[in-house]
Amino acid sequence: MAMANIKDLVIGGRIIKAGSSENFFTGDWRSYVPVVDQDKCIDCYTCWIYCPDNSIVFRDDKMSGIKMSHCKGCGICAKVCPKKAITMKEE
Amino acid sequence: MTSLSLKELNKLPVRLASGHRLCAGCAESIIAKQILMGTADPIAVSASTGCFEVSTTIFPYTSWNTPYIHTAFGNGAATCAGLETAYNALKKKGKIKEDIKFVNFAGDGATYDIGLQALSGAMERGHRMMYVCLNNEAYMNTGIQRSSATAMGASTTTSWAGTLQPGKKEFSKDMTEIMVAHNIPYVAQVSPHNWRDTVTKASKGFAADGPSFINAISPCPRGWRFPSDETINMARLAVETCVWPLYEVVDGKYALTAESARIADGKVEKKPVLDWLNSQGRFKHLLQDKWEPVVEAIQGEVDRRWERLIKLSDL
Amino acid sequence: MTHDIAINGDNAVALAWRQIDPDVCAAYPITPQTIIVEKFAEYVANGEVSTEFVCVESEHSALTLCTASASAGARTFTATASQGLAYMWEMLPITAAMRVPLIMAVANRAVSGPININNDHGDAMSARDCGWIQLFSENVQQAYDNSIIAPRIAEHPEVQLPCLVNLDGFILTHAIERMTMVETADVKQFVGEHKPLYPLLDVKHPLSHGNMDGPDFYYPHKYQSVLGMEKAMEVTEQVFKEFADLTGREYHLVDEYLCDDAEFVAIILGSSFGTMKETVDQLRAEGIKAGCAMPHLYRPWPEAALAKIMKGKKAVAVFDKHLSIGAYGPMFPEVVTAAVDLDAVPKMYNVIYGLGGADATVAGFKKAMEDINAGKAPKITYLGVKS
Repeated sequence: MAMANIKDLVIGGRIIKAGSSENFFTGDWRSYVPVVDQDKCIDCYTCWIYCPDNSIVFRDDKMSGIKMSHCKGCGICAKVCPKKAITMKEE
Repeated sequence: MTSLSLKELNKLPVRLASGHRLCAGCAESIIAKQILMGTADPIAVSASTGCFEVSTTIFPYTSWNTPYIHTAFGNGAATCAGLETAYNALKKKGKIKEDIKFVNFAGDGATYDIGLQALSGAMERGHRMMYVCLNNEAYMNTGIQRSSATAMGASTTTSWAGTLQPGKKEFSKDMTEIMVAHNIPYVAQVSPHNWRDTVTKASKGFAADGPSFINAISPCPRGWRFPSDETINMARLAVETCVWPLYEVVDGKYALTAESARIADGKVEKKPVLDWLNSQGRFKHLLQDKWEPVVEAIQGEVDRRWERLIKLSDL
Repeated sequence: MTHDIAINGDNAVALAWRQIDPDVCAAYPITPQTIIVEKFAEYVANGEVSTEFVCVESEHSALTLCTASASAGARTFTATASQGLAYMWEMLPITAAMRVPLIMAVANRAVSGPININNDHGDAMSARDCGWIQLFSENVQQAYDNSIIAPRIAEHPEVQLPCLVNLDGFILTHAIERMTMVETADVKQFVGEHKPLYPLLDVKHPLSHGNMDGPDFYYPHKYQSVLGMEKAMEVTEQVFKEFADLTGREYHLVDEYLCDDAEFVAIILGSSFGTMKETVDQLRAEGIKAGCAMPHLYRPWPEAALAKIMKGKKAVAVFDKHLSIGAYGPMFPEVVTAAVDLDAVPKMYNVIYGLGGADATVAGFKKAMEDINAGKAPKITYLGVKS
């Protein structure tokens, strides 16, 4: 990176765009990838409450997938799933 | 909040976004997520310097969808108190309309050690704020150095397991009890494996008419030496072995909660501390015969603190 | 309408604060600042101000709480001295870098060790490089006036920097002087309503403040503070003008006394400026054409104004009430730097005086000035030290 232009910076080091880290993709860190077996999934939200990276996506009360842009592959979701519906595979 | 359901919690706005740079499997964001579900009101967050602070706010990226401030390491409580004081001033002048809640997140180093004075002061002054200790039992941000929250026997980069010493030589400070001694309205210990207990306690803390303190055990895969997928299991084991009892003190009245209440009632068996020590690389040297007295001492201290808690809960 | 009162410096600061009625004040007591917070606490107790007043458990927390409060959008004041400022030190550059315009009165006192409660400028000088605006006060009137002027500079939208108001411990803080006060309505109008630029508690526009910078951002953010400081110089001159229009009391970036026709001048800060004026009078009575000047604004450093004063002088004596042991007084190299671009650089002398409350008398100053005028003084003089 190059030194930022002060014209682009709010004074005081403030970040005025809330939640901007959504644009920082920690999915690059992953060496294991969670794979969901939708047949086993009971949409219980357990993986969602324990996901450290807010990467479990629910739509209309259904577990609709994992946000790979930010999933770091920690494997917590696989460990906590009561139905063993998630397995970790080498990326 | 007896009817807490994950389905309903999922409808709440996301206060801590993805893209933070905590290690894979770190418990801190899990705890923060659960704490921030404790109120529907807007929350202003402060953080003491540490893993959580750095990882969530590396310029130009912030993971915060709430107002957020950080100043330094040993002063998170004073920082949060500053927001709360300004709020009181501006609210009474009609310049702020919303009811805002305030919370500071800090690691154990920032809480038990360098920030103890500021924390004690803020609690004594009665600011309406919550202070959450993300307790991973060492200075993880600087590379796993011992703090006064570090457990006896833990090998850290400043309390090595060596030929002469079994890791850290002292028991951890009982910070939660120090907070109880401040006679604030709400004090609790939580563990992220029990989200219902944690969210319930957070909502009590936010509702308190004064300061609240929540001490959260925060398993650290890197510093404790366990695989990153074991974080939640590790948190559960801390409670099951009574290394980390779940309890709350409401206006001075003690109550064990969740699994800890069930263990105290004899409904669930209390696991030996050896299970805990066996599960983490930071304790693996303790399995050598020569450190057996240390293991016994740890079990003895865990038992002593646990029995004391049971007695206090019976009062 | 204005009227004269007899008041000490600490009470004068507290009076200005009462008239301004800030949103938040958090402070920790330390001699010789105590009267400020005691008096202000009395105003709070009697409902004479609407301020949220917090008695924190340390100076570190005082400045922390005030920084967060100012970030939140509240007009915020504090006060300290000596060890208190030293204890705040970790926060000083943070407050400045966060660009929050809080105001801090400093009852200047020597920094330990040895422990000493008397006046010198060791505390303010240790804050010199922290990015704060600094005003110095010659007398109680100026301590009061500076307290009213400071928020106007600090809160200017293109400045947004914290500001120290220095007043000499005991010499000004505890000494009762005659002073003309400004009517409260005029103070309120002069200072104006606080309009925070980025109030953190605007929950509809959540922002993050106090973030971690890599090298590509740290330096640019620091440079933005440079621009804020440069603006502060311009704004200070403007605010001084407006204040003169209101009160008739004229201040300048560098206040001068008989410099125009002087052959050599002394540069000095705080209450000693008054002592030096008397010294100049006595020297002039003996036919020695001396003058003296005080940087009223110490940060940003009024280099151009100083250079103008030094132009054509044969010598300049920089009187420092602090010492960087192993080097010079802190102001000396800066005055020298201000002089280097002159066609003829005056002979530069440094006089270290009054440390820990050591005598700072007309007789002592006069002897030092006579030696300098005669070309007999060493480059650095430790005034009054016997060896």
